[in-house]
Amino acid sequence: MDFSTLIQILDSTLRLATPLLLACLAGLFSERSGIFDIGLEAKMLIAAFFSAAFAYSTGSVWLGLLAGIAASMVFAAIHGLASITFRGNQLISGVALNFLASGMTVLIAQNWFQQGGRTPSLIGGARFEGIELPFAIGPNEAAETGRPLSELLSEAGPLQLLYSELISGHSILVYVALAAVPATWWILYRTRFGLRLRAVGENPAAVDTAGVSVIGLRYAAVVIAGLLCGIAGAYLATGLQAGFVKDMTAGRGYIALAALIFAKWRPWYALGACLLFGALQALALRTDVAEAIFPFKMPVQLLDSLPYILTVVILAGFVGKAIPPRAGGQPYVKER
Amino acid sequence: MEVMPKWADVVLVPLISLVLAMIISALVILGIGEDPWAALKLMVQGALGSPYGWGYTLYYATNFIFTGLAVSVAFHAAMFNIGGEGQATLGGLGVALVCLALPWPHWALALPAATLGAALFGAAWAAIPAYLAAKRGSHIVITTIMFNFIGAAVLNYMLVNVLRPPSSMDPASAKFPDGTALPSFHDMFSPIIAFPKSVPANISFLIALVACLVVWLLIWRTRFGFELRAFGKSESAAVYAGISPTKIIMGSMLISGALAGMMAINTVQGEAGRLVLNSVEGAGFIGIAVALMGRSHPAGVLIAAILFGFLYQGGAELALWMSIPRELVVVIQGLVILFTGALDNMVRMPIERVFLWRRRSRQAAGE
Amino acid sequence: MKDLADNSAGAAGAAPGSPPAIELRGISKAFGPVQANKDISLSVAKGAIHGIIGENGAGKSTLMSILYGFYKADRGEILINGQPTEIPDSQAAIAAGIGMVFQHFKLVENFTVLENVVLGAEEGALLATTMSNARKHLTEIAEEYEMNVDPDAVIEEIGVGQQQRVEILKSLYRNAEILILDEPTGVLTPAEADHLFRILRGLRDEGKTIILITHKLREIMDVTDTVSVMRRGEMTATVKTAETSPEELAELMVGRKVLLRVDKKPAQPGATIVKVENLRVVDEDKVERLKGVSFEVRAGEILGIAGVAGNGQSELLNVLGGITAATGSIQINGNEIDLTGKHSDGRSRRERSIAHVPEDRQRAGLIMDFTAWENIVFGYQWDPAYSSGWLMDNAGIRAETEGKMERFDVRPPHPQLAAKNFSGGNQQKIVLAREIERNPDLLLVGQPTRGVDIGAIEFIHQRIIELRDAGKAILLVSVELDEIMGLSDRIAVMFDGRIMGERLPAETNEGELGLLMAGVTNGENS
Repeated sequence: MDFSTLIQILDSTLRLATPLLLACLAGLFSERSGIFDIGLEAKMLIAAFFSAAFAYSTGSVWLGLLAGIAASMVFAAIHGLASITFRGNQLISGVALNFLASGMTVLIAQNWFQQGGRTPSLIGGARFEGIELPFAIGPNEAAETGRPLSELLSEAGPLQLLYSELISGHSILVYVALAAVPATWWILYRTRFGLRLRAVGENPAAVDTAGVSVIGLRYAAVVIAGLLCGIAGAYLATGLQAGFVKDMTAGRGYIALAALIFAKWRPWYALGACLLFGALQALALRTDVAEAIFPFKMPVQLLDSLPYILTVVILAGFVGKAIPPRAGGQPYVKER
Repeated sequence: MEVMPKWADVVLVPLISLVLAMIISALVILGIGEDPWAALKLMVQGALGSPYGWGYTLYYATNFIFTGLAVSVAFHAAMFNIGGEGQATLGGLGVALVCLALPWPHWALALPAATLGAALFGAAWAAIPAYLAAKRGSHIVITTIMFNFIGAAVLNYMLVNVLRPPSSMDPASAKFPDGTALPSFHDMFSPIIAFPKSVPANISFLIALVACLVVWLLIWRTRFGFELRAFGKSESAAVYAGISPTKIIMGSMLISGALAGMMAINTVQGEAGRLVLNSVEGAGFIGIAVALMGRSHPAGVLIAAILFGFLYQGGAELALWMSIPRELVVVIQGLVILFTGALDNMVRMPIERVFLWRRRSRQAAGE
Repeated sequence: MKDLADNSAGAAGAAPGSPPAIELRGISKAFGPVQANKDISLSVAKGAIHGIIGENGAGKSTLMSILYGFYKADRGEILINGQPTEIPDSQAAIAAGIGMVFQHFKLVENFTVLENVVLGAEEGALLATTMSNARKHLTEIAEEYEMNVDPDAVIEEIGVGQQQRVEILKSLYRNAEILILDEPTGVLTPAEADHLFRILRGLRDEGKTIILITHKLREIMDVTDTVSVMRRGEMTATVKTAETSPEELAELMVGRKVLLRVDKKPAQPGATIVKVENLRVVDEDKVERLKGVSFEVRAGEILGIAGVAGNGQSELLNVLGGITAATGSIQINGNEIDLTGKHSDGRSRRERSIAHVPEDRQRAGLIMDFTAWENIVFGYQWDPAYSSGWLMDNAGIRAETEGKMERFDVRPPHPQLAAKNFSGGNQQKIVLAREIERNPDLLLVGQPTRGVDIGAIEFIHQRIIELRDAGKAILLVSVELDEIMGLSDRIAVMFDGRIMGERLPAETNEGELGLLMAGVTNGENS
């Protein structure tokens, strides 16, 4: 494998890891507050549809993003209602939302666009374009110098190539996702909200008797999860791809959940886990590279299912123990 | 003191939840510019109005009985087996391997063997998550979800690389030998009820009914069922009583996986006659809705499974005759799970209040 | 300590004319069909230690939870320092200067002491300044009241006594003027309890008002200035502690004269039924819970195990009951039993004629959602007597249950009723009926009368003594010293996973046992 192939793989790793990372951090906020969320998939999917639909109708990807976030928040609110207000089973609520999103998106897409449950392809301002960072070699520089991009790239040194191809040129949401990692860490460990959030996932009674609203904190966490999933879904439909197709999340919500366990509910580890799983997805798309890397013939199905297998291994406690927040999954009932 | 009488808990609450889900579904249909009443009439007509409709409704119901029972058995042991989809997928592989292994002379021989194959493969796919839950404390929900995806990959690999006839480009197995073809409702009932030849319902439905009875006996009449329910209600008490958690977790999950796997005799052997990708089509997940609605009781599961069979067949009719996509059924399914499962308290609390108020006023009158 | 007690009289009657720190008027609260508090009025003077005493389920905790904003009263009024005050939530209670130390501590286990103290009382949105200020403030308070704790210690790594101090510090950090403590000594040794009482007296002398909820008469007599008695949701009396006696309080609690002593004939010990040698248990966190326990129980005698909760008694019962694995040796009727392997579970023990009334009937002894008849075979469901062929003989079990319910006076006598619908005492009777009617060689009994009404306590004690008189061996574990003294023929005291010594009830007293419970042996080795 040569250097440019490596960069290509890493580049698509970063792209594919972005929705995973956003969803994983969404799950992190929710589960740290004690609300299990297997409906990450649902929120991403509904956001993907609404962002694509609104971006297409208005021609503005930003309005699309807002619509996606709003849709995801509505789903988050339903999850909050079921699992916080009515103290229902959080897992069942998540399962229900996954179905609801899967069905509703197609239903509405068919009703609005009559294209077999997809939105029309997005072009121009209806999509998130790559951003060319300063000093990077990209289309802008090519236009300025009047030389073809490939020629410029072939002349660049390895570091310049790394910067231009891997670091630069992604859509804004990729950078948002990356920035969300330190932001999450800071909120969790350096703010009052973070202290309370971590406490409510461990022992809600302690938070309640300290005069802080358990319900308020949990709703806040669930809404943040909605926000992040909304961005993740919008990125899928308007950044990674150009439009919505049926069930386009394709299990990413579950992979994000797997990454969250892999990361043991910690922000920086989440970045690592999502990059790893993103790399596996990138390799599954480039079977030629996968074959070159592995000494044996690696079936693509094995590559596809590696995130799940790795998660099971982690859950089995063979590689360290994954201890979820102690109050996770249990509705809070006041007790003496 | 119980706040509510038993009938309210078992019948009234699920019924109100169902009505709520239906009202919202009607709103959804209105929202996409169609007439819910016409849609309902079409669904009833298409799913229940003819032997043809019933033949499909009961075919789908057969799947849901198996997967609903699977979820129910695990529920009684406080295990949430969300892996019915993967277990049914592997069950299909079991059926295919059995059916393709021998030139079966008659279905009466092939059916027990295929049932066994389906149950064994389904149970095997539940065995690893169960073992990890029992011995390593892994969360059964997450592991079974993961095994759904791994199961899909296994089936994909097997169909593409092993079972696919060399001449075919289709990721599917070869046709099963004729001797494995199960009697359909057309064959079974032809003199009495004229099911058309094309309806997929087959003798598996009777096996599903037997499974209901067996599960009922198992849960409420056997020692193992007693221990399973005890464990499900209180693990600490079960341990005090000398009931082995490993035995219950493994036992309940193996039975659950076997039941989910057995669904494949209906779809793979009964209907398709060969193994294709995605023959389960979400039935494993619908089992969750069915078990929730049926309150994990075989009689409730049977009723809920037929209801979902009706929704599936009715939904197909809608897609055919009105411009309502089949995904409407997925929406309804989600709503049913939401209301009967997650929002149970929303329905229950007001009803409890009504009963409490009635009792208070009765007491006041008595005093 | 005497001088402190003398001061109390002055403090209790403090400042004539000033409004009471707390006044409750006509508080009522119902949970579903259960009336937990009925028209309760109470007034506590500023700078007093006020005790609230009552049986389990008398409504003490509910009342205090209302005061702390945990529950909303259906009716009634709360006045703090003479001001009518609405307390809809804990936030309001804290704002009104009320702090509460719950029976089960409300601490975040993997947080530090400092983080727990700060939680909910942070100065601003960012933690940095809050933490440094709080550290200083906390150290000051801790020094003032002699409650030393390491601010950076993680809660799950410190002892219960320390954890309780953190709870008190939490309230003081929030400037609480009124401190409510709910059954604070249940987890403490007598020495730790004494230290706690010293702290409480110190707080009172600083002008704080303290409410102490307990069901232990001795604590009331020791530390309070005034005391209220609750019974079945009602406040039956409020008196000055100096003007009452334990007997009077007990009568007020129960509503009739109480026999604080158990009538029994002298024991006639026979052959050794169970012989325990060098029993050791290491728990999941690698902490040694039993550190070499040895004893014998003979036929026809009751061995009582005294001790503060958490010193290995539960583990001892669980090992004998087959729930926890252990090393060492246990012989039943001269036969060694398996402590770690395949035959170390509850069922194998039952087959060896060991019956077990567990400490926690709600979490272990009963399946609360099961009916009475299902519970009456629970643990013995494998017995062929309860099956016919493959299936269980439900009709036969129901019939047998009716007999057992009648003989043990379980009310209401309905086999179809779920266990959760019986009162605590009747639940315990179901467990006892099941275990005693197996006629076991060895009966393990843990906390037989916890949360049981007085009437049922006498009945339960009689049944245990009857089994003893039938020539069976009984191992009794209880944290109630009165119960141990009343029932046992011999008493062994456990502390920190060891048996500190054995005494005969006639030759010892609560003071001596209390010292042993605190690990003080006067050079005696065991």
